Amino acid sequence: MKHGENVRYDAKSKQMAEEMIAAEKRHLIQRELVDEDCECKEGMFPRKHLASRRRFLFAAGSLASTLSAVSLAQAQDKKAPPGAVHFDVAADPTKEQGRAVAADGGYGSRSQFETEVRWRFPTANENTSWSMTPLEKMLGNLTPSGLHFERHHGGIPTIDPSKHSLIVHGMVGTPKKFTMADIKRFPSVTRKHFIECSGNGLTEWNKPTLKSVQGTHGLLSTSEWTGVQFSTIAREVGLKDGSAWVLAEGADAAVMTRSIPMEKMLKDALIVYGQNGEAIRPEQGYPLRLLLPGFEGNTHIKWLRRLEVSDKPFMTREETSKYTDLLANGKARQFSLDMEAKSVITFPSGEMKLPGAGFYNVQGFAWSGRGRVQSVDVSVDGGKNWHPARLESTPESICTVRFSYPWMWDGKAAILQSRCTDETGYVQPTLKQLIAIRGSNGPFGSIYHLNAIQSWAVNEAGDVSNVHA
Amino acid sequence: MFTHKTFLAAAGLLLALSITPAKAQDANDHYGFGSAVSEIELAKYFSIPADGRGLPPGSGKATDGAKVYADSCVACHGDKLQGNPAKGIGGDKLIGGRGSLATKTPVKTVESYWPYSTTLFDYVKRAMPFNAPGSLSDSEVYAVVAYILSEAKIIKPTDVMDAKSLPKVAMPNRDGFIADARPELELYR
Repeated sequence: MKHGENVRYDAKSKQMAEEMIAAEKRHLIQRELVDEDCECKEGMFPRKHLASRRRFLFAAGSLASTLSAVSLAQAQDKKAPPGAVHFDVAADPTKEQGRAVAADGGYGSRSQFETEVRWRFPTANENTSWSMTPLEKMLGNLTPSGLHFERHHGGIPTIDPSKHSLIVHGMVGTPKKFTMADIKRFPSVTRKHFIECSGNGLTEWNKPTLKSVQGTHGLLSTSEWTGVQFSTIAREVGLKDGSAWVLAEGADAAVMTRSIPMEKMLKDALIVYGQNGEAIRPEQGYPLRLLLPGFEGNTHIKWLRRLEVSDKPFMTREETSKYTDLLANGKARQFSLDMEAKSVITFPSGEMKLPGAGFYNVQGFAWSGRGRVQSVDVSVDGGKNWHPARLESTPESICTVRFSYPWMWDGKAAILQSRCTDETGYVQPTLKQLIAIRGSNGPFGSIYHLNAIQSWAVNEAGDVSNVHA
Repeated sequence: MFTHKTFLAAAGLLLALSITPAKAQDANDHYGFGSAVSEIELAKYFSIPADGRGLPPGSGKATDGAKVYADSCVACHGDKLQGNPAKGIGGDKLIGGRGSLATKTPVKTVESYWPYSTTLFDYVKRAMPFNAPGSLSDSEVYAVVAYILSEAKIIKPTDVMDAKSLPKVAMPNRDGFIADARPELELYR
């Protein structure tokens, strides 16, 4: 059967798919409007449709009688994007004093000209939903904390750290309760790791659905995390013979729970309170979250309040009815926890437009939940020929690494792909390979753990779009 | 699993070999942070595995559960437990879908997919109803769980659910789960 045939959506899935496409479209239009205010930034790589919109706005603005259009434009100009504060731009910043030191109250914000935001996946319910990181706008390996992707099942709780504690009990020598102050007294470690939701790319199994890399791959973010190793706390409380699993529980309205194998907990699990040099953000579990390098995002329990040691898993809702992988034969894989080797080209990527033939520095991210990225290859002909990419920093274990490939575009239609190989020798598969192994039972059969090679088509006009190739 | 005893044994061995351990450890093999947790405090928390360990006292059956459902669940999950995809709601379909898992349009519900009845109790007590999580009494949870299982034709409307009977409920997809087969060997170079 040809891939993508016989895709039938039930009413709920159909509505969700249509709404997510609409939400991405709204975001893309909004971004065009914002870019309109600052041609300096994106002038080299205008997005599709931008030229006609610019003409329209110019025409509207040039007519003095269209007051509403003018005042609308001014209102937009005065409005700083999220995370920024608006200031008037001096005609010549060398001829007048700038702002006073610490006039921001002592905590800085991003430039008013930086507009990128997460956008929310349009689930019907806003409290159980997710938002995506704009990967194509990332200027380094770390994700700014305010752009880290989110997935919440019961909204974002506001937690007073002076009243928060972590209870460790079950099959332990001595059950203990640790305040935040206690936890910060333990020796700590600082490590860079990505977190990826196992639902990243869930719309892309059956046919190319979302248009931008933010939509197809945005449930991926990387931070520097600081906290205590679980092994340190395990030694403090002691573990009884036969202890094999740990239930982690959050203090949100979903009281989120997952069971984690003890082997993983003792190997590299962290109880973190620091993210990118400051306290972790409320959306990331303030004041405390579990970090399980390379495991699917849902297991990194946020607002962590309890760890219960057990001899067996608890079979919670999230590890049975959700986050299990239904195969074509009707059986579902359970505790499929590893995030496997993956990569994606972020420039050029969907909805961008190349101005013409010539040199382009193809860029992207590669990562593996099983260790270091060993190498990345890039193809510009849909996978017929592969070329080694340049890694832009020394790969770290279970961390994203940026790669690039110098591409001289001849102006003809091309299909760009990247392929990651990790230190275990695992090679990022094609979608066809994954489907051949796992089978396919429709858009809402197995939605998790899509780590296939992504294809971006570039047509002769320079338009870049999401394709299956 | 390592214990205090094995740690102390290892420390003793080090001393016997005349190797001086690090001073901090020599003085104290525990940091000593944290406070004891009383049984009363621990009783506030729960997590119910498949064998039903930790299920609370109380009981309920489908006829009582119908009223709980009508009061607390119907707005999001529908009067026929069919779910409600409306904006601002998005409640899952709870029953139906048996036999659909190996088709092109699998329908995953409590009836067709969930392997353990204890998970349903744990989740309802933990996180439902959505607008007032954790507000149902234990007997109300037993009752509404009984109602859902009864509407799914997994138990009889007269069956009483409690700490003893609930873990014994035979869920249709109990054997539908397999271990993770990844890494898939054909994907190594």
